[in-house]
Parts: sequence; structure tokens; C-alpha cells
Amino acid sequence: MSSETILSITDLIKHFPVKKSRDRKKSVVKAVDGISFDLRAGETLGLVGESGCGKTTAGRTILKLTEPTSGKIVFEGQDITKFKHHKMTSIRAQMQIIFQDPYSALNPRQTIGKIISAPFEIQKVEPAGGVKNAVQTLMERVGLNPEHYNRYPHEFSGGQRQRIGIARAVALKPRFIVADEPVSALDVSIQAQVINLLDDLQREDGISILFIAHDLSVVQHISDRVAVMYLGKVMEIGPTADLYQQSHHPYTKALLSAVPQPDPRSEKSRERIILSGDLPSPINPPSGCVFNTRCWKVQDKCRTEVPQLVQLGATQVACHFPE
Amino acid sequence: MTELLRISDLHVAFPTDDGLVRAVDGVSLSVSQGETVAIVGESGSGKTVTSLSVMGLHKKGSAQMSGSISIAHDGGFLDVISAGEEEIRSMRGRSVAMIFQDPMSALHPYYKIGDQLAEAYLVHNPGKKKEAISRAIEMLDLVGISEPAQRAKEFPHQFSGGMRQRVMIAMALMNSPKMLIADEPTTALDVTVQAQILTLLASLQKEFNMGILLITHDLGVVAQVSEKVNVMYAGRIVEQGGVDDIFYNPMHPYNLGLLKSVPRISATGSERLKAIPGQPPSLISLPAGCAFAPRCEYIKFTDGNACATLMPELAGTSASHTSRCHIDESKRQASFAQAMKEVR
Amino acid sequence: MYRFIGRRFFFAVLTILAVSAVVFAIFSVLPFDPAALTCGQRCTPQIIEGNRIKLGFDKPIYEQYWLFLSGIFVGRTYGSGQAAFSCPAPAFGYSFNENACVTEMIKESLPVTLNLAIGALVLWLFIGISLGVLAAKFKNRWPDTTGSVFVLLGTSLPTFVTGLALLIWISIKWKIVPMSLDGYVSVLDSPGRWFMYFILPWITLAIAYAALYTRFTRAAVLDTLGEDYIRTARAKGVKERTVLFKHTLRAVLAPIITLAGLDFAGLIGGAIITETIFNLPGLARLTLRSVYEFDLPVVLATTILAAVVVIVMNLIVDMLYAVLDPRVRM
Repeated sequence: MSSETILSITDLIKHFPVKKSRDRKKSVVKAVDGISFDLRAGETLGLVGESGCGKTTAGRTILKLTEPTSGKIVFEGQDITKFKHHKMTSIRAQMQIIFQDPYSALNPRQTIGKIISAPFEIQKVEPAGGVKNAVQTLMERVGLNPEHYNRYPHEFSGGQRQRIGIARAVALKPRFIVADEPVSALDVSIQAQVINLLDDLQREDGISILFIAHDLSVVQHISDRVAVMYLGKVMEIGPTADLYQQSHHPYTKALLSAVPQPDPRSEKSRERIILSGDLPSPINPPSGCVFNTRCWKVQDKCRTEVPQLVQLGATQVACHFPE
Repeated sequence: MTELLRISDLHVAFPTDDGLVRAVDGVSLSVSQGETVAIVGESGSGKTVTSLSVMGLHKKGSAQMSGSISIAHDGGFLDVISAGEEEIRSMRGRSVAMIFQDPMSALHPYYKIGDQLAEAYLVHNPGKKKEAISRAIEMLDLVGISEPAQRAKEFPHQFSGGMRQRVMIAMALMNSPKMLIADEPTTALDVTVQAQILTLLASLQKEFNMGILLITHDLGVVAQVSEKVNVMYAGRIVEQGGVDDIFYNPMHPYNLGLLKSVPRISATGSERLKAIPGQPPSLISLPAGCAFAPRCEYIKFTDGNACATLMPELAGTSASHTSRCHIDESKRQASFAQAMKEVR
Repeated sequence: MYRFIGRRFFFAVLTILAVSAVVFAIFSVLPFDPAALTCGQRCTPQIIEGNRIKLGFDKPIYEQYWLFLSGIFVGRTYGSGQAAFSCPAPAFGYSFNENACVTEMIKESLPVTLNLAIGALVLWLFIGISLGVLAAKFKNRWPDTTGSVFVLLGTSLPTFVTGLALLIWISIKWKIVPMSLDGYVSVLDSPGRWFMYFILPWITLAIAYAALYTRFTRAAVLDTLGEDYIRTARAKGVKERTVLFKHTLRAVLAPIITLAGLDFAGLIGGAIITETIFNLPGLARLTLRSVYEFDLPVVLATTILAAVVVIVMNLIVDMLYAVLDPRVRM
């Protein structure tokens, strides 16, 4: 991993307008509400949070699959925030995505060969040795039998389909991949295979990965740094080891304590922080710190003042009363 | 402890155009009052089919079942496989209740929460409408839904995912069943909400001394709440034992493989995961011998021929911890102990 | 809720205005002289010019439209002095071909069509939903197979075949139902004769539609039976009959009602074949005749009426849907 910054996100905001018919007032879903981070070459940043925290929207906005409301996305020194479709096309070769659901992300009417070779076609790249040869090499790299070149997606299991998605994503040797919950739909034994595969590919090609997931155990295993999101904002961000051992944000602490571990003795003895209530609506998030409605350390200040990310020890924390 | 459920040599198969799908193949287990028994396995392992068999919920004519499933019911025992439809119906929701994976789709979108709860009581106590409604409100209160009388008049879409699972639990409790089947009760929920629901289930179990049959793929959830564990693979229980046995002293290579491949939050940081190579077999063309043999790295310690041709029986050094494996006990102990060191 | 209905109603009125304006505009650019169409064989330029002034065809198009609109609310008087004649509100124009106010003509034919459509609707909903539920419940068994034969016949046989067949066998050959020669009678005047008058047309229409509804209901019921909440109901110990007729049917009802509302709207002025075969003086027959005879005021009125019915039925369906499905926010 080098120190070269490949992606720089500054104050990224994505609001979706919603029309409520009752009062006909226009309101917005604040899916992503001002997040900033850098990603270095060859680094994996884990983006964790519960459903509705905006992690998936963040990933898609960064890839410009949806237009950001405001903020700045700098990729390899280029400000791509305002790039229109045709200008993005050449950059797309460098930025790829792997989807969560291996069942719906592949066109059922196309052969595997066709699916994996699509990036070559779109970018009009003629790999040395021909497309078929390149695709079969890719298939071999991701652990698929190259002879299955002419098969269709339904002939493969979930884990194999995710391998197909990965092969497609790495075909053009991108510098950056957004992996959106790539293993959530897979069984444990298969999940480990796919995580290891991503790990290997990253090491060999020096790809930077934004790894979006809700499973903190998986994120720990693959990430160099981790960012914890809640209601469109980053609560805490820092190197994985530090964040997991010495987290400072109450939400990070609660999240970590809620994950049950395959270890019955410690499970039955350890203290657990049980958050009360549910995630508030992102249409009308709490004022001040968005976590204040569920936080056990809440003070008046938390209800009025938005905490900024500040360095605390090894991690950056957005909390008025960090642990 | 009173036994509430005993499954003996259960076989469930579904005829399809491609052939006979052997979803459950010789499962035996029991659940007693006050204990939580987990069935853990990956998709297609047969864990959900087993739980649906207990409730007699397979589509009429679609499943071929044999063996016996006997449920403590009305002071005696009811065999679900041989019982008539009306007998099974009188058992459902009254002696054994069930909650499901996806609370979003498990409640009828068009009926009010209170009415759906009341119905669970009314089907077994016809005519007692008033009692049913007051009991519904009482149960909603019990599972931690504030202003229960008010919320009983709302529809499912007005509840969040976690709240809906609470509603499902309240519905399951309407007839004070002795036993609860929880089929992936927290899989669709976020971790912080999962923690709430698991805590709630544990406290309710204590309060009512219920037996719980927990179906899950999540080893963490199993470790947190269960006393006995059944590990299923390709329709069979491959290892059966107390929760500590299963997690600290695995006997079956598949169980060991699971423990090695599951990512853990650890102080030591991220190590490479040890994946189980290969894929689970198709349930239509199961191998003659051990279904795990093609993926097993310990086959070298056995007579490989036996693994390929002979289905191992559930056996072990004690009756409380058994597994289906041909591996020689002394070789297993040495090599598994070594492997378990890497897990920690 | 009321705000929602109010807003929808407002938009419905706007749509109707727009439709009427468009229809009016189309008719005014047709390459016919509307005044010339008002008199028959023995026509003189004087009569044509007289009629032109009487009916207001001499005025600019927007003024004609305004006269048409205001006529709906205050009635309309044509000509002046001794020869003047008037149509009371709501006036939709005057037909020279029939020498009658269009409103009067619609007043005579609309009840016939409404009786036909409502009766057929009730019949086809009853048959379609029952057969659909039966077919779903006994999937791949004999009720399902029989049902699919019915669906095949009902959808493939055109109404003129079923209608004629019914007429020939039931009325002419077996004389079970008398031929309806004495014209339309209201249900209030003579329920028996009313029933005999409409039963064959009802059956004719119902067969075609019931087949579609059987297929639709069967698919919807089978879909719903696979839903998680149906499994929940069974797990509660709910009787299979209740699962089917309460939990399942309740979920299937909303889409069926939507479909039925729109099909019903289509029958108002659309049941041409059935009305013709059974000699029913309904709206479709009226429209058909006026089209043949270039009786433009009648065509204009019936076209607008058909549009109004579709818009109103849409409104009703939306409101019913909101009542049936609590997830639809209003």
C-alpha cells in the first residue's frame, strides 16, 4: 500500500426528494449528509452501518451512478463531481462495482463469457491474445472453470456467481472498486472463499476497495480502515485495529457489542449495550447529533449542536462526549 | 424437564421434475421445557424444512414424509406425520407457535395488528372476542410495544422491522404455547435490533419456561442463546451436542470448517479466513456415502472408500455429543485440537 | 382523505374539460359542413344556411364550444322567434337527424346500457371469482382443468357467436326466454320482464369477461397462497377455509376491483355487438347509428360521456383501492 491518495471525498451530500401527498410539502431523504474521507492506493476502507444509514447510496454516488447533490469527488487528481455521462465513460474503466445480490446482477440471457467480456467491449479494449483468452484467464483467476465460458448464470451457485461479478469488475484492472455487500447473500463457508479471493486480487493488482457491509466481523477481516455510518453521517473513522479495540463513539461501541460471536462462553458472560428504539427517519433526522435519540450518554448539547469529526487517539470521532 | 418435541428419523423429500429432492434425511432431535435447541446450517441444509415439518406446514401433497414428529399437546402426544388435518390445526399456535425470518412479509398487510393477534386466540377460543382483544394488547405490551392499545389499531406497514418482529412474537404468545419455533428470527434485522429481539426472546423464555427450537445460519446467534446444537449439512444432522461441545470440541470436519471460516471480531486483528473449499452437493444427486466427503480435508485420516460409499451413523464417546464421521477418534482428537488452536 | 378526494375530483373535472375540448376541436376540423349534414335529400342552400344560424355553426369555434359548455348547465335555445326550439339543461346539442335533443336520446339509452353493464358485471364477478378460487384451490385437479377449458372457450369465442348461440337455442329453439320484442322495461315496473329482457345479454357479456376473471383470480390466489403471511395464518391454526376466503381473497380483491372498474367503464358505450344482437336500444347502438348517419352532435355527446365514465370509474377505483389497501396513503 502506497501513500498516494487515489480517491478524495469532501462533504459529499446526496438528498433524494420525496413528495408526501398529505401536506404536499417537498421533503428530502438525507441519505448521505456530508461525508468526507480519502482512500489511498491499494487500501481497503470498510464502510459499515445498519440498513438505511446511507452506505449503499454513498458508494453509488461516489461512482456517479447517481448524481451527488453537493460535495466534491476527486479521483486520481481529477474532480469528477460534475463530469457528464460521456466524460465518465473513460473513467469507468478505472472504477468498478460488485453488487450484493449475485442472482439479479447478472443478465440471465447472456453467457458467462459475454458477461465478463462486456467491459472490454464497452471500453473498446482489445486485450493481448484476444477477448476469449483474456476472459478465460480471468475466470481461472477468480476460481471458475474456464471451460464454463459458454454457460449461463443459472447454471452456477451463489458463490460462483459472485466470482463472475468479481471477474467482470477486475477485467480492466481498475484502480478502485466499490464492493457493495458482496458476501451478505452467501453462506459462511462460501463467504470466506469470496473474501479471500477479493483479498488476493487486491494484493496482486493493488486495487483500492470501498467495502460496504453491515457485518462488522467481515469488515474487520478485509479492511485497513473502517468508517462507521449512521443516518447519512460518518460517526467514527480510523484504522481497523484501533477502531475495533479502542472505539470512542458510543454508536461504534454499541454496534460492536451487539454482534454475537461464535464463542458461547464469552457470549453468555459479556455485557451487552442494547440500544433502545429504532433508526429515526432520514427524512426528518434528529437535530444536533443524529444519534442522540438512542444514545445513553446524551446531554442537552447533543440535541442542539452537530458534532464534527475530530481526531481522538488513532480514530476520528464525531461525538461531544466520546468514550 | 418435560420433553415437548421429539423428532425421530425424519425424512422429507419433494418430488420435482428434475428428480427427488431429499431435503431432510434421517433427522432426530428433541426439545424440552425451558431449553433452546438450535439447528444451524447453510442454505439447503434442511433446517427450515425440518421446522416446517414440525408445524405440518408443507404444501399438501408436495412433501413425502416418514419417521415421527411427536409434540406435547393437550396432555398427551400428537404425531404430526400421522395426525389428521384438524388435529394438527388445533396444535398450531396453541401448543407450538412459530415466528419467521422476514417480519416484513409475515404479517397480513391489510389487517390491523390487533385483529391479527386476536385471530390467533380466536381460532382456538371461538367467540371470545373481548378476551382476545384485551389479550392482544397485553401481549403487545409484554413484548415492549409502547401504547399497545393505540398501536393495535395500526397496520403492519406503520411498524418498523424490529417492531414487526416483536408483533410476531406477541402473536406467537397469544395462546401461551409451551414451545416456540423461531425460524431465522433475526436474520432480516440489523445487529442492534437483533440484540433487542434476542434479549426479549431470552427473557420471555425464562418467564414462560418455553422450549425454543431455533433455526439459524448464524453461529454467533447460536452461541449466544442456545444450550443444545444440531449442525446440519445436506439434509442430515452431522453433529449434535451441547453448545460448548459444538464450539470448543468439534467432532465433525464440517463443523470444524465452519468454525474456521466464520469471521470473528478479534483483538488480534484480521487474519486470513480459512474457507471450506468447494460447494454443497445437489440434494437431487447426493453421494452414497458422506455428503461432505468431496469437500473434506480429513478424508486422508480415514478409509476414503468408506467415506465415499458408506453413510456414517451418528456416534460419539458420549450420548450427548455425537457426529457422523468415519474418522478414527484418536487421529481426530490430535488433528482437530491443532486446528482449533488456530481458531482462537 | 377529503383533501385527496377533492384534489382528484378537481383533476377529473379538468380532464373532462380537456377531453371535451379536444373532441370538439376534432369534430370542427372534419371535412364536412356540419350544417349540410343536418338536412336530408331535399336540401336547399336556404335550409342549410338557416340551420347553420339556428345551430350556431356560423359562429367562431371557441364561441361554439362556449355555447356547448354553457348549454350543459343552463340549457340551450336554437333559432329565434316562432321557429325557436329549446333543449333544457343539461343540453348536449340537438340532433336534426332524429329531431330531438341529444340529452333526451341519451336519457333513453343510458338506462338500458347501465342495466346491461351492471348486471353483467355482477354476474361475471360472481362466476369469475368463484371459478378462479376453485381452480386455485384444486390446482391441477378436475375443477382446475374444467376451469381452464371454460377460460379457453370464454376467451376465444367472440360475443357474436355466444350471443347468437344463446339467442338461437334458448330463445328461438327451446323458447325458455322470450325474444325481447316489446322493448326495455324498468326493474321497478316489472322485475320479471326486466330479468327476461336482460338475462341473455348478461350471460353473453359475462361469459367473455368471466373467463378473463377466472384466469386472473386463479393466478392472484395462487400467488397470494405462497405469501409469507398466509403461512403465518396457517401457523396460527387458522382453518384452511378461512385462510382461503378471508386472508387470501382479501388480498386478491383490490386488484380485481381495479380491473372490474375499468372493464365496466369500457362497457358503457362499448357493448356494440351485444346490444346489436339482442336489439337493445343502448348507448353503443346510439353511437353506432349516429356515426353511420354523421349525426355529429350525438357522436360528440356520447364520446364525451364515454370519457366521463372512464374518468369517474378511475376515481372510484382509486378511492376503493385506498379503502381496501391501508398501505395506500391518501
